[in-house]
Amino acid sequence: MTELKLELKEKIIEQLNLEDVSVDDIADQDPLFGEGLGLDSIDALELIVMLDKDYGIKLADPKEGRKIFESVETMATYITENRSA
Amino acid sequence: MINDLFITGHCHIRDNTVFLNGAVVHEQKGTDFPTFAKSVYQKFGIDYSKFFKMDNLSKLAFLAADLLLKGNNSKEERNIALVLSNRTSSLDTDRRHQESITNKDSYFPSPAVFVYTLPNICMGEISIRHQLHSENAFFIFEKFNAEYLHTYAESLILDKKAEQVLCGWIDVDNEKYEAFLYVVGKSGTFTHSIAQITRLYQNK
Repeated sequence: MTELKLELKEKIIEQLNLEDVSVDDIADQDPLFGEGLGLDSIDALELIVMLDKDYGIKLADPKEGRKIFESVETMATYITENRSA
Repeated sequence: MINDLFITGHCHIRDNTVFLNGAVVHEQKGTDFPTFAKSVYQKFGIDYSKFFKMDNLSKLAFLAADLLLKGNNSKEERNIALVLSNRTSSLDTDRRHQESITNKDSYFPSPAVFVYTLPNICMGEISIRHQLHSENAFFIFEKFNAEYLHTYAESLILDKKAEQVLCGWIDVDNEKYEAFLYVVGKSGTFTHSIAQITRLYQNK
């Protein structure tokens, strides 16, 4: 799980072009949207694509993303329980 | 009436060099465009993290506009229309999007790339940055068209649709890129004429 969380932080930084943000800047429970990393709606779509492409998880209902993408912690938990890739 | 309008400032970015009102203000040779664009961003102390999410066309437009519109804070000065043009539309980003949808077994188009597959998105980025709620238009020409831009800008100001107009050329095609933007207003060093626009563009 720790390894997965680190992997997710690296992917988020790289795929969402978060300049000047390092893995150490993102705590496991930090909110990804709003006051946390400040991600926007396009970033949310990118995260949905990332789940599909890298972990074989298709979100049937994009509204599910609200809970899943709360933090790196919630993402890692969801991926661990649902991954096929 | 025509002679009452002026070019208040101009910015040219090409060959990894930034010219502001004719003077070289930044240069970084031997790097690709994204690296050069980042060096411009850092050199001028721009603090706008969304810049790094933009495609190359928007980055180029954003930087040229930022250098020209710096200090434009009064409400009146913000009625700045945008009239941009280029030859290749959003082809540079269209190609990236196409690459991501070519393989049916690995079909993962990126939403962050797709949103930039229109050339006028770069005007949206400028408008958000400078809080512009103004007229805007993006034209596709075979080459830089001073005559058309001149007529359009003049019409916007004389019809009181805008106080100023940010005009010019923003083109990105693989490694080739060029920005030439200028601001038309009621004061400035150069008369707003087709000959003057052409001269400033060719003095690149």
